[in-house]
Amino acid sequence: MSIRHGLLALLERGPRYGYQLRAEFEDSTGATWPLNIGQVYTTLNRLERDGLVHPLPENDGGQRPYEITDTGRTELALWFATPIARADRPRDELAIKLALALTTPGVDVAAVVQTQRTATMRALQEYTRLKRADADLPWRLVLDAMIFQSEAELRWLDHCETALVRFRPAPPAPLPVRDETPSTTRETQG
Amino acid sequence: MTAILELREVHRTHGKGEAAVHALRGVTIDVQAGELVAVMGPSGSGKSTLLNLAGGLDSPDSGEVLVEGRPLSSLSRKELAGLRRHSVGYVFQALNLVPSLTAAENVALPLELDGVSARKARPLAEAALAEVELSGYADRFPDEMSGGQQQRVAIARALVGQRRLVLADEPTGALDSQTGEAVLRLLRARVDAGAAAVLVTHEARHAGWADRVIFLRDGVIVDTSGPLARPEQLLEATA
Ligand SMILES: Nc1ncnc2c1ncn2[C@@H]1O[C@H](COP(=O)(O)OP(=O)(O)OP(=O)(O)O)[C@@H](O)[C@H]1O
Ligand SMILES: [Mg+2]
Repeated sequence: MSIRHGLLALLERGPRYGYQLRAEFEDSTGATWPLNIGQVYTTLNRLERDGLVHPLPENDGGQRPYEITDTGRTELALWFATPIARADRPRDELAIKLALALTTPGVDVAAVVQTQRTATMRALQEYTRLKRADADLPWRLVLDAMIFQSEAELRWLDHCETALVRFRPAPPAPLPVRDETPSTTRETQG
Repeated sequence: MTAILELREVHRTHGKGEAAVHALRGVTIDVQAGELVAVMGPSGSGKSTLLNLAGGLDSPDSGEVLVEGRPLSSLSRKELAGLRRHSVGYVFQALNLVPSLTAAENVALPLELDGVSARKARPLAEAALAEVELSGYADRFPDEMSGGQQQRVAIARALVGQRRLVLADEPTGALDSQTGEAVLRLLRARVDAGAAAVLVTHEARHAGWADRVIFLRDGVIVDTSGPLARPEQLLEATA
């Protein structure tokens, strides 16, 4: 998710200035995504440049509220209507790591799997503890999302482990030699 | 702190000779009052064997099992049966409901075996059924209930009275995710009120309710996931 769309969603509720946006953003994500005020202003500037928000006159306290434009509303509606592409998520580092572990000599793949499993389980326990402590629905749904993601990762790790039991890395294939007898060729095909 | 359950270097082999399976190979665990411990591991890794030993339903070949500080090997059969009835609540992987008894009678069974009169046991059984959201089902027989409802009767039976040690083998198997979570909440509440519990589960989401998760593999504990030293780093990581 982009901060852009998060701020647009908040501005859809009515005009707000930077500090309000930061506070509400953090509230609605249960502080899972802390923002600094600099990020908020940079994002507001870009949104203004793209015509998605426009600034209102400063209030008595010297704060400048922003208002969402019609273009901004269209953009927001589109964002809500578009599923997030799997490829946008940086999660697959783990898959790459395991794939490499499998083919790198001297790596204990089972240990790599177990280390990840314990770490993911620990995170899942912590999300559950937070959920137990807090009954606020939006925050609970954010936590549930993280819980289900951790669960999926653990299931995938179990799956990898089961596959590992059956996996024996193929011995390095002999370089094909043109003058070989047919019997050897058959072997490499088998 | 008093450990309600302790396993010390426990070994257990099932079967003999060629067919022998070394199901537990030197397992050491302690579970304190107020602690929920989950056990996870592939099928056949020894989870049910571990739970049976903890509940005194089976005894180790070597090593010691202690419940509330008492070594089970030192108890007479009668003492062991008494301990199982009033201190230990057990939810079996196969639910073991008595088909000829109603839900309330099934739940009241351990109380009555422990000498509580049927008249006194009934309201306690009904309260336990209410806890698992089965208030209207007291007089149904197991075969008149769905799999998930039967599972909840088994859970009520394990929680009835004030058992100090609750052992649950896949108690959420037939439950949908909301009901499963309700059961975990219930178990958690019992533990927070001072009981100790061991939960065997395949569901990571349910193991998430535990204070510690033990990973069992081929009869050996390969890892344990305890609380995070710095939980706030989890939230930073998603930024
Ligand atoms: N009564 C028995 N006789 C012979 N072997 C047994 C007996 N009970 C269990 N085993 C074997 O001991 C090992 C551990 O069994 P156990 O029931 O503890 O596994 P588990 O982790 O509970 O598995 P699951 O997740 O399938 O319930 C398995 O290999 C099983 O086949
Ligand atoms: Mg089992």
